[in-house]
This record gives sequence, structure tokens and C-alpha cells, in this order.
Amino acid sequence: MINAIGREIPDAIDNYGAVKPFDGAFSTLPDMQRKAPAVKTIRPGQSKLINGLEEAFLRIPVKDGMTLSFHHHLRNGDAVVNEVLATAAKLGIKNLKVALSSVFPIHAPMVEHFKSGVVTGLDTNYMSGPVADAVSRGALAQPVILRSHGGRARAVECGQLKVDVAFIAAPAADKCGNLNGVSGPAACGSLGYAFPDAEYAEHVVAVTDHLEPYPLSPISIEQTRVDYVVKIDKIGDPKGIVSGTTRITKDPVQLKIADMAAKVIKAAGLIREGFSFQTGAGGASLAVAHYVRQMMKSADVTGSFVLGGITGHLVSMLEEGLFKKIIDVQGFDLDAVRSITSNPDHLEVSASFYANPYNLGCAVNQLDCVILGATEIDTDFNVNVVTGSNGVIMGGSGGHCDAAAGAGITIVVANLLRARLPIIMDRVLTATTPGETIDVLVTERGIAVNPRRAELRAQLEAAGLPVMDITELKAIAEKMAGVPKSIPLGDKVVAVVEYRDGTVLDVVRQVM
Amino acid sequence: MKTAQAGTLESSDILITVVPQEAGSGIRIEIDSIVSLQYGEAIQAVIADTLAEAGVADMLVKAMDRGALDCTIKARLMTALDRARANGGNV
Amino acid sequence: MTIRRSMLFIPGNNPGMLQNGGVFGADSVILDLEDAVAPTEKDAARRLVSMALIHADFGKSEKVVRINPLDCNGSVDIAAIVPCRPDAILLPKAQTAAEIRDVAAQIAAAEAEGQEPVKIIALIETPRGLANALEIAEAHPRVVGLALGAEDYTAGLGATRSKEGGEILTARMLLVNAASAAGIDVIDTPFTDAADDEGVAEDSVLARKLGFKGKLAINPRQVDVIHEAFSPSSKEIGWAERVIEALAQAEAQGSGVCSVDGKMVDAPIANRARRTLEVAKILGLKMGDK
Repeated sequence: MINAIGREIPDAIDNYGAVKPFDGAFSTLPDMQRKAPAVKTIRPGQSKLINGLEEAFLRIPVKDGMTLSFHHHLRNGDAVVNEVLATAAKLGIKNLKVALSSVFPIHAPMVEHFKSGVVTGLDTNYMSGPVADAVSRGALAQPVILRSHGGRARAVECGQLKVDVAFIAAPAADKCGNLNGVSGPAACGSLGYAFPDAEYAEHVVAVTDHLEPYPLSPISIEQTRVDYVVKIDKIGDPKGIVSGTTRITKDPVQLKIADMAAKVIKAAGLIREGFSFQTGAGGASLAVAHYVRQMMKSADVTGSFVLGGITGHLVSMLEEGLFKKIIDVQGFDLDAVRSITSNPDHLEVSASFYANPYNLGCAVNQLDCVILGATEIDTDFNVNVVTGSNGVIMGGSGGHCDAAAGAGITIVVANLLRARLPIIMDRVLTATTPGETIDVLVTERGIAVNPRRAELRAQLEAAGLPVMDITELKAIAEKMAGVPKSIPLGDKVVAVVEYRDGTVLDVVRQVM
Repeated sequence: MKTAQAGTLESSDILITVVPQEAGSGIRIEIDSIVSLQYGEAIQAVIADTLAEAGVADMLVKAMDRGALDCTIKARLMTALDRARANGGNV
Repeated sequence: MTIRRSMLFIPGNNPGMLQNGGVFGADSVILDLEDAVAPTEKDAARRLVSMALIHADFGKSEKVVRINPLDCNGSVDIAAIVPCRPDAILLPKAQTAAEIRDVAAQIAAAEAEGQEPVKIIALIETPRGLANALEIAEAHPRVVGLALGAEDYTAGLGATRSKEGGEILTARMLLVNAASAAGIDVIDTPFTDAADDEGVAEDSVLARKLGFKGKLAINPRQVDVIHEAFSPSSKEIGWAERVIEALAQAEAQGSGVCSVDGKMVDAPIANRARRTLEVAKILGLKMGDK
């Protein structure tokens, strides 16, 4: 079948379930009830503290075919996923489905578990490293389900992703299972992505390396939903969890792009009281925050909030009074951790509050503007952040399609050419975010505006910005680099790209 | 002519090594590129055309490409050929 | 008139930077075959820059090539580069009028029939060059500008280079003087601390006050800051418009003399006003504050 953005998707996909084709960013409405887990009780004096993950496995008990879930707040310093899966392998458990909100190079041992059959299913919002490579080459028989952050929250809450056991890595815990992410050697800041799992999983196991006396404070996840508390030596390596400080790029081309994006924001009239925005955590996206900060200072304007993954630059803007609040679903560096711990205007929110489309309003809906990246964009403004130019999975939506849908103006910043590769295609290899939610593309050689936003285009042109049709920009790139040949792909579907509402936006096919 | 090299492995550059061959051997081009799927044929063509323009009939060209544009490939190849001709060029 | 508020150096042996040289909006790009290129790579840079001149899109930027001095294979550079149609050659360590005439002759020999004549900008970076600034400026019609290279110049003096620039004030003034006497462009030395945004802004404002028309840039992030300093402000444009109006009125009334803001408008003032308006027009700046 052909879905609403013209992508060819199979009518049925083995080991996936019913395929509901993408029908428009806001077209598919919810028609389900939330399904709550079984009610449990615990007696006074009964302890949750158990010795080691194996005991947790035996008590639950974890069986073949179960779905185990994890959050990714420990990023590339995470030790919990590997230890849990090693425990499963040791106990001879098979056919597990891993629902890990983002997969990093540190999770490389999972590739062995694919081979040995311990793990046969993967559900995630972002993949990079050996696991992504293995999946791209067909290591799993079942297709991976790729969701957005908001979509995962929706799937957990609305029953499409049934979690048997949520293993929640907790930088700090008390003996009753109160958890937070701000204390302990592996402090990571907000625990936003763990909230839906804590609420809806059948069993919840907190895994910590830092127990504090009861009651823990502050409390991000409450004791009332936690079955067991396991203490291990180290839940993660701080160096891989948070960067010391996130530095802005020094690359002059990236800075040029960022400066132009800030000028777009200004020309759109957004540098005004109450402005709200979200940026990515690296490259040109983060540098935009730097230029916007200068513009806000010059215009003497105070914004309302910044949202999303939080870095020291955004914390500085809060502390300088340029913004009133930070809404934080994930911290990226030590400044973010420090600020969330001490500043009442720095709010921790769940993934559902952040981006779930199936609730009465998520935070992305309040954004005036979001700055996003892309590996590819096509002439319909559909964006790819899942596969690299050679077809290998190297990312995933994360919050990309969520923020794009919610924000008033969505700006993609990208080099027109990355080394030789043009970023503008006739058709993206994999669609992650539909073009109707993408408004502006800013490159170092020009700016393209989605034809749906004629008024915005006029504003940018009036401000003297180099606006051109996306097809013109594509032609400039191809004149410089030559027209790229398409890469050959196999037939096997290795991943299903779901839109935030659970419909199928695209599929990823095996690389040859 | 002697073996010679030009270029670097920096992004957007190409490292080209030319190894002169005996008369009658013909042209052999070996390409290792980060964009071989998309531009492998194009890189091959630029190298072959440049050799033809330069009147070179017997040569082994080894190219390690990091996404160089055609004009860069041509410039690096011509530099390597100059160096090969200049007796004892860089290896 | 060619506006040269910013002249951005691009290393000639770096393909990535050459192909992106046009995106920064500098008034001129200087493709560098000299100091930015290692001695063993001069041949490679020459080829890359030749190709870049022919194939790369530098937008509206003037295309300038800094060749090596004549005693370091500058002639080979000229022979290779001129047929690729740069707009100008930047001659480093320019010392005498004779050198300039020599370079001009070599350029002429290398130009194709009907090719737009390649101009010369002389980079003054030695004590002798500074002493000969006026004769260098007037050595040949191809010479359209003088630029100051303060790092090498202060080294030649045995002086210490500083951000404030007290040690180069005389050199700056002499250069502006020579260029003004010859009626050509004059470009200030680069601000070498690329990370110091405020410093480059201050240095640019100072240079403009001293009479420089633009500044050499060693990092793309300096371009916008330099443009800000060297573009006529709204107030300046407004003043220039009033001067021209007053002159027109005076002429209509048959009076030879007029004044604006309490100052008499003589020929140099009138020229300054005209130049301001011409620059504003080229830059597409709006009408000034009256």
C-alpha cells in the first residue's frame, strides 16, 4: 500500500502485526482505552531490597518471550542493559523483546544475544553503533520497531507496547523504591523517559548503585509502583552519561548555518516576549541557541521556556533570565544536572508530557520554534534521521517528529553538501518525519520554505534572506557534486518506522 | 616517471598515488571511497578522463577518497602526475 | 567601485575550505598559496586553486589569489593562476615599484586575449615596503589597493605586536596616506585572535576611523563583525544625503559655498559624502536617518 506521503509499505509485515498506514500528521485519532497493570499489594515490614539481578529474574519470574524495557538516560555510559541481558543469557532465557528507548555503541553485547537467540525483538527510538549495524545487515528475524519518544510513551500507555518487566536504572534510590536521577555517582538529571514504563509495566525493578536513607528526596518515580530494588556496583560510567560541558561547534560552515537559522527566527517575528524553543544537542542546532541568545539580549526580550534535551547553554539562558523556565525530559551535561537539582524553574517531565500525541496536550504543542537536524530531506520536505546515506541505520526519530508536529515553526539545519553528498533528494531513503510538519530548511547556500507556508516565505524574503525553491537548492548541490546514484537495498524489512500515532510511515530494508 | 602521491585523507579530499607501469600495461584504477555507492562510477570517470587528457596510457592509480568533488580529484591527480614526472616525487 | 570591507583568507591546499569559501559572504576571498601552504605542497595548492577559480562558486565575492613572492616561485604561480581568471593578485612582501612593474608584466603575458585585466593588491609587510608605499601604490594602473601585514611588519621592526596596536599606528597612517594620495583602496591588517569577537569589532572600528576601507580576515566568523564596522551607518548615510542636497541647492542658487551641521562643505567633504552614498548604494542599504 502507499501511505499519505507516498511511501510504499507492505500490506502485512511478518512479526509486526496489523499495518496501519500513515494518514497525515494529525489524521489518526485514538480509539482505545488505557490498560493498567495488575493491582498488587505489599505488607508493612516486607522488603523490596533483593540481592542481585538474578534474584529479580527468579522472583518475577522472567520467562521466555517477555518484553523487558529500559530508559536511555545513562546514554553511552549505561551498564544496566548489558548486565540484565547477561543475566538473562546466564539463566538460559530466550526470545526476549528489548524495549530500550535508545541504543548506543555501549550496548554492543546485544549483538551476541541476537546470535544466540536470547534477544529476538527490539523496540527503540534511536540506534547507533554495532547494534544498528547488525540490525541493518539482517541480524534479527523480526523487524525492529522504530518509534518517536512521544510515540513510545503513547505505545506504553495505550497498550501497543506491553512491558512485562521495566528495569529502571536509578542513579539514586531508597529501600522502598523511590527513585531520582539527580544524586549518586551516575547522576543523569531528568528521568523523563522512564515514567511511562514505571506506570504501566507489569513488574518494575529499580537498579541502582546508590541507596539513600528512606525517604529519598526529591522523588521522581514513586515507591508505589516499584516491585524490587536491586543494588549493583555501578549502573554506569559518568563519562559516558553526561559530557563535562557541551561545546558549541567551531566549524565555520555550521556556524554560518546556525547564524542564518537565527536570522530566520528573527524574521519570522519570534524574538518577542514569551518566545519558546527547542534545539538539538549538537552541531549547528546547538549553535543556533548561541545566536538566539545574542538576539534576545539585544532585543531585551524574555522567553517563556526551552524544552527537550537540556545542555549547559540552555541552563545559562535560564540563569541569565532570558527564559523563565526549562522543561526537561533529558539532561546532557553536568550543568543540566546541577540546575535541575537546585532550580525550581527547571522542571522534570515525563516522555508523555513531553511529546505523546494521545493525551490532552504535550509540551511540544506549546513550542514556537524547534531546530532539528537531518541526514536527508526530499523535495516534499520529508526528513530522514534514521538511515545514513549508505542505508545503514545510524539514528532514529527520538523527539524529531514529535517536536516537528507540535512546533509553530520547524527549522531543519543541515549542510547542503556533507563532503560530497547532497542532502536534498528526490525521495529520502527512509522517511522519519513527514514534510507537512517541516517548514524551513536552512543550509549554508540558501534557505527553502515549505510551499504550505507562503506567508512565512514572504517574511523571510522581506528580511533579505537568501530564500529559494528547494529544487533550486538541490540543483546547486548536484551541480557541485554530480547526481548521486541510488544505493541498492535488499527486500527484507529490518525495521518499521512508526509515526508518533502508531501508523506506519516507512520501512527500512536490509543493506546488501 | 616514478611513483608519486598527492592529497590527504581530510574530509572532501582524496589521496592519490600514481604508480607508473610498463608500456602496454594500460590503465588500472583502484578506488576506496566513502561515497563509492553514490559516486564510484563518477570518480572512475574523472580519473580516466584526466589520464587521457594528460596523454597517460600506462598507469596504476590508487585513490583513497573522502568525498572529493571532481575538480579536487582532477587537481590531486594532476599534481601526482607532475610529481611522478619530476623524478623521485613524494611517495 | 569594488567594495572590500572584508577580505577572507582561504588556505589554498584545503579542498573543503576552498569549495565553501563563497558561503561566508566576504566582499573578497583570498585563495592563499603563500603562508597557509607548506613548502612541499605549493604545487598541489597551485592546482587546487586553479581548479577552484574555474569551478567553485564564490557568489559575489571578489576572487583574489595571494601568490608567493617572486623569489619563491611567484612567477610559476602567476603563469598558472592568471589564465584561470582571478579578479586580483595579492603580492606579499611588496617592497619596490620595480617589483610591481615586473609582476604586472608577467600578469599581462599570462592573460588571454580579451580577458578582464587582473588587478594587483600590494601587501605591505616590511619596513622597506612601508617606506616605498606611495611609489608602490602608483607603480602601475593595475594596482588597486594596499594592504597591511602587521605580523611580519612588526617582526621586521623588532617590535612587539599587541591587540591595541600602538606599535603599528604609524604604519597604518602612512599606508592610509599613501593609498589616499594615489586614490586607491586601503585594507587593514588581520586581527589574529579568532576567538575574540569583541576584539575584532573594536579593531575594525578603529581601523575605519583611521581611514581604512576594509580589513583582512583570517576566520570566517570575523566577516559579519567586520562588515558591521565598515558599513556606513544610518546616521552617516543621512548626513551624506544632506550634504549632497545642500550642494545641489547651493549650485541652483549660484552660491559657491554651503555648510551642513555648522561645517563648511569643501571638496574633500563632498567627496566623502559621495563615496558614502556610493558604498551604501552598492550594499543596498536603505536611506539614512535625517
